[in-house]
Amino acid sequence: MQQRHYDEMRAANRAVRPHYRALAEWLAATPAERVAEKRREADLLFHRVGITFAVYGDRQGAERLIPFDIVPRIIPHAEWQTLVKGLRQRVAALNRFLHDVYHSQDILRAGIIPPQQVLTNSAYQVAMLGLDLPHQVYAHVAGIDLVRHEDGTWYVLEDNLRTPSGVSYMLENRKMMMRLFPELFERQRIYPVEHYPALLLETLRDIAPRAMREATVVVMTPGQYNSAYFEHAFLAQQMGIELVEGADLFVKDGHVFMRTTGGRQRVDVIYRRIDDAFLDPLAFREDSLLGVPGLLSAYRAGNVSLANAIGSGVADDKSTYAYVPDMIRFYLGEEPLLANVPTWQCKRAEDLAYVTAHLAELVVKEVQGSGGYGMLIGPASTAAQIEAFRERLRANPANYIAQPTLSLSTCPTFVERGIAPRHVDLRPFVLSGREVRLVPGGLTRVALDDGSLVVNSSQGGGTKDTWVVD
Amino acid sequence: MLSRVADRIFWMSRQMERAENVARILGVTSNLVLFGARERQEENLHAPLAITGTSAAFAVRHKALTLEALIAFLALDETNPSSIYSCLRDARDNAHAVRWQITSEMWETLNATWLEVRGIKRERVIGAGATQFFDWVKERSHLFRGVTYGTIVRGEAFNFSRLGTFLERADNTARILDVKYHILLPAAEDVGGALDYYQWTALLRSVSAFETYSALYRDQIFPIKVAELLVLEQRMPRSIAACFVEIGQSLERIQGERDHAVKRLAGELLARLTHSDIDEIFLGGLHEFLTACLTDFTELGTRIQRAYLGMV
Repeated sequence: MQQRHYDEMRAANRAVRPHYRALAEWLAATPAERVAEKRREADLLFHRVGITFAVYGDRQGAERLIPFDIVPRIIPHAEWQTLVKGLRQRVAALNRFLHDVYHSQDILRAGIIPPQQVLTNSAYQVAMLGLDLPHQVYAHVAGIDLVRHEDGTWYVLEDNLRTPSGVSYMLENRKMMMRLFPELFERQRIYPVEHYPALLLETLRDIAPRAMREATVVVMTPGQYNSAYFEHAFLAQQMGIELVEGADLFVKDGHVFMRTTGGRQRVDVIYRRIDDAFLDPLAFREDSLLGVPGLLSAYRAGNVSLANAIGSGVADDKSTYAYVPDMIRFYLGEEPLLANVPTWQCKRAEDLAYVTAHLAELVVKEVQGSGGYGMLIGPASTAAQIEAFRERLRANPANYIAQPTLSLSTCPTFVERGIAPRHVDLRPFVLSGREVRLVPGGLTRVALDDGSLVVNSSQGGGTKDTWVVD
Repeated sequence: MLSRVADRIFWMSRQMERAENVARILGVTSNLVLFGARERQEENLHAPLAITGTSAAFAVRHKALTLEALIAFLALDETNPSSIYSCLRDARDNAHAVRWQITSEMWETLNATWLEVRGIKRERVIGAGATQFFDWVKERSHLFRGVTYGTIVRGEAFNFSRLGTFLERADNTARILDVKYHILLPAAEDVGGALDYYQWTALLRSVSAFETYSALYRDQIFPIKVAELLVLEQRMPRSIAACFVEIGQSLERIQGERDHAVKRLAGELLARLTHSDIDEIFLGGLHEFLTACLTDFTELGTRIQRAYLGMV
């Protein structure tokens, strides 16, 4: 697949871009063995600390490391500030949308979005109708996936508003880089990201249901066998709050409590890293052993806050994605600052016809899918794979959307034969409470196979430290 | 602290202490069987099963009670929940569930121990290698306790770890004594004989008390003093009384909501162990005294579970 890509480090004439200059000089001056040695050291450290990732579908239940690449991804501060404006705008509109669809539904009445698109969506939660949330915020933690096209333009690839993960890698990658290459941090000003847990805690305290000096905030995990358990434990530890499982909590007289050695203790805010369906066996899936019976009623009574809110998924659905620019215009009266990728909705007959005719050029995704599972990347697939996918698509067109294959930008990356360009994306984390907060940076994911566009950690992607520099 | 987390920490520490105790019992049994009197062979071999309450389970797995079968069953048998192997596995599993609430050194110690025991072949613990294996288990337990004491913040995690360690140890010392109590009773035919001398020193060594006995009593070995040392002597770190001093201190630091029942029973036991006199205990019967203690330890464990750690 020969295509032109935007190279993050070098301009078209091969000259190193100004914000990469310090790193390029350092790379040129540092012996290859020393760099190789540092890479081994990084692997060892990650193993020892136990920053691992459980892989779904692996019968052994294996834990493995997400490969860490020591060449950072660098973004100039001025460009970052432009991104921030776009991210704030987008997340503000998404939160307005969520409040709207669970209240007066103006956007549906105005005919901007077809009502059935929202109301029949499996992520739409009727239980949320008419419920007023603190600061009218639903998606307190949003992970917005960005990619850069060959012309240098940033595109939003998808919004993650349920339980976006990866922020622990952002923090651990930075810690690792500072430990391995302190000299790089002396050469230029790299904006810090270490205060993310503090900002997250502030955001969670913002939404406490009762006015109080110190709300009890907890992180809720499905347990140690969840793929992101490391991150749940890590964040709880960094914020200095309890990491609870469903069985640690109970509801009594409309309030949520946790069982502690000192008796029961009231819980005000739950940063839950567990899907809506498993939260409360009385309200959602009754076979859920992970949830807390009665949690929804306590939530509806306004006695406990959840981050993110129940029902936020209706806004990050891949078929809702296409309407986000319209949401920005409708709620904020502004033009979108961040571009959307053109999207075909396979549930529309004319779109489906186009998509089936052009499968070899397109990326096709499940509307509810995540983690890079169940998708087709046309240009990278065999004829047989495409035919097999076509059958699945025809059987249930409404389950799919399609987009042109974007040429993700590349960043120099260590591979077996030295440094080579590999495709990257970027996931900044946007925190919304009383105000919007974000740290300068995010998680850069990198597709380690030559030419691959799949950056998901569950599919063999790696990560890099992300630097915003002056 | 979350009850679930405290529960894991409590059992993590109990399991590690239990592994050490099983190693101690097996070590002494090997010596007694190899060097002791033939008439006591059967009884000596049976003692570890009685102490760990696994006689019935052993009979299902093995036809004859030999030293080899006994060690195979109590050292590395993964189907036996009381084996050293199982204890080390459970200790590590508990640590894994709370690795973010304990120090990385504690986690790494238990994880490394587990990884190593998993790779040990049966041949290595039968015969000449046995003593080495038991010493290794004891060392790992010493290391874990030392690492815990030296690294963890003084808070509930520390308190529940200590509580687990010392309740398990008290229970174990009482069990060892109870199984061996008859050798401490005066019997007409062989009082002071070489046979019993061997048994008494073995008993002392099983709880690392041989040197302590000499240091504290500066005398030849009298069975009643052996009992006094292991039950009442607070300066002897594996005595039942010393364990209850530690348990009392841990409980004092733990702030529970409805834990009067726990603290009352622990206080009663400490008082009983502090104010008793060994002659009185022998008068009322050592076995009866120990049986009452063991019943109370079980009850204390149940009350701790109920007051702090969640459902039993």
